[in-house]
Amino acid sequence: MIPGLSEKAKNKIKEIIARYPQKQAAILPVLRLVKEELGFIDHEAEKFTAALFDVHPIRVREIVTFYSMLNQSQLGKYHIQVCSNLSCSIMGAQTLIEYLSQKLGIKPGGTTKDKKFTLSTVECLGACEKAPCMMINFEYYGNLTREKIDDILNRLE
Amino acid sequence: MTEKLLTKHFGTENLFRIDVYLKLNGYQSARKAVLEMMPEEILNEVKAANLRGRGGAGFPAGVKWAFIPKDVQKPKYLCVNADEGEPGTFKDRYIMNHNPHLLLEGIIIASFCVGINTAFIYIRGEYEMVAKRLEQAIAEAYANGFLGKKVFGSDFHLEVIVHRGAGAYICGEETALLESIEGKPGNPRLKPPFPASIGLFKCPTVVNNVETLSNMPFIIAFGAEKFRRLGLQNDGGTRIFSVSGKVKEPGIYELPTGISLREIIFNHAGGIQEGKRLKAVIPGGISAPILKADEIDIHMDFDLLIEAKSMLGSAAIIVIDEDTSILDVLKIITTFYSHESCGKCSPCRIGNSWIHKIVMRIKEGKGEKDDIENIIRLASNMVGKTLCPLGDAAGMAILTIMEKFMKEIESCIEN
Ligand SMILES: Cc1cc2nc3c(=O)[nH]c(=O)nc-3n(C[C@H](O)[C@H](O)[C@H](O)COP(=O)(O)O)c2cc1C
Ligand code: FES
Repeated sequence: MIPGLSEKAKNKIKEIIARYPQKQAAILPVLRLVKEELGFIDHEAEKFTAALFDVHPIRVREIVTFYSMLNQSQLGKYHIQVCSNLSCSIMGAQTLIEYLSQKLGIKPGGTTKDKKFTLSTVECLGACEKAPCMMINFEYYGNLTREKIDDILNRLE
Repeated sequence: MTEKLLTKHFGTENLFRIDVYLKLNGYQSARKAVLEMMPEEILNEVKAANLRGRGGAGFPAGVKWAFIPKDVQKPKYLCVNADEGEPGTFKDRYIMNHNPHLLLEGIIIASFCVGINTAFIYIRGEYEMVAKRLEQAIAEAYANGFLGKKVFGSDFHLEVIVHRGAGAYICGEETALLESIEGKPGNPRLKPPFPASIGLFKCPTVVNNVETLSNMPFIIAFGAEKFRRLGLQNDGGTRIFSVSGKVKEPGIYELPTGISLREIIFNHAGGIQEGKRLKAVIPGGISAPILKADEIDIHMDFDLLIEAKSMLGSAAIIVIDEDTSILDVLKIITTFYSHESCGKCSPCRIGNSWIHKIVMRIKEGKGEKDDIENIIRLASNMVGKTLCPLGDAAGMAILTIMEKFMKEIESCIEN
């Protein structure tokens, strides 16, 4: 087992594996769980997962590098993902991304020094009717303006 | 007023709770299908309904189910496509959030008809809250005996598993979706074989979109004929249009299949914001080739849109006004495709990233004379040369912009 994984998570892993007709199908859900627990997936976690599923570590590596939500380094406490796809851009996403960039002092892809915020631009979040929009961790925020962004960030601890 | 069958009760408070759903005759169709109908009968009804897939390709649902071999010993699977990654599309989120039991009913009907005992709902990773809502609804359905060992007290058993994606557009493509559930990177498979014969875990598999399945309760309750009469003869029922961009009232609109694009934009979504002029419309998600402002008197019919060299796709309508530069549209589309190409086929992997680099250079004011020719050549070389339709879609979307807005792009290069 990888250090740092809670008892609860270990039990959850067993539960997930039991749910599937074929064990390998549980790899992605398990990796998602590990990511949620540890914040990111490092080589240790990859090796652990490979052993758990009895596959070569490179197979797990392939998966981790394929899916964008399986980040390989620590993100900020709040991961701000601003949609930069078409409907959001038509509604002014670019200026908001620049605004956030300035406000936080980081470029998209960066994390603030205090590790509080990571800023990313992402493809369509499936909430285009509320364009421009963003997601902070798993919370959606739409119809954004500068004032609204100030307000949202002010309320984050 | 047009009849609504998917969004009808969206205004009802707590519709997502099973007790509320049951009060609205919920689960009556699934009960009827499982207890009173033969699988063959259900199949005939769904075939006669001419329900075409709502995920993008528009394949008739009944025909797809009929492809599943009957006399195999292997288990069969249903994979519900809730990946909703096509930019501009958000209708499935509404269905799952507001009316998850409608989808579950559709899943029971489809599974019973085809002889499936395990269904997966593959939901995009970002829809964490929606996935939780689905899980809650599934737990309620189990507790009521509508899922699990004895569905409605019959001998039929059905397990439903919510499987979350992890951020990859390509996993919406049906074979990539299967790879992803199998615990692999989402690389599309070569077809044939089609999922109906060799699908998930090499077993016969039905892949259907959320909206497609959510139509089943209505078809079982009211019959194929009534369903057909709601829309087009060869594409029955209604469609949920996701409308976004520069319209006054963006949102979902459930309307008869075949309604005109102009009517959707101007009568339903309120027209263009701030009295601006319409410049262009993307009628079926970002993969659908663009239409110019004077091309919107078209009926939203799979076949007519193909004739117009575009695509109905996921029925996601993106409205572009005169203030939006077409070079920005091209930049966003090429950024998207170069990012989301899975990398398996060279024309798509290399073509998209080169086109993207050229477009970015033009955007920086460093356009060169032969850029247009190069973009067209690279895009043409993707079409028809890739395993899955992503390469075709990217190529066609880019070529159409180049063709219809050549002058504007040229002026961006010259200045
Ligand atoms: C690149 C690509 C992405 C796709 N994304 C989705 C998607 O997000 N949701 C969906 O339902 N279908 C998507 N499809 C279509 C599926 O491959 C498949 O046709 C559909 O799920 C079948 O269901 P239906 O017949 O009920 O429409 C996509 C196809 C391609 C080529
Ligand atoms: S384009 Fe931003 S959410 Fe769809």
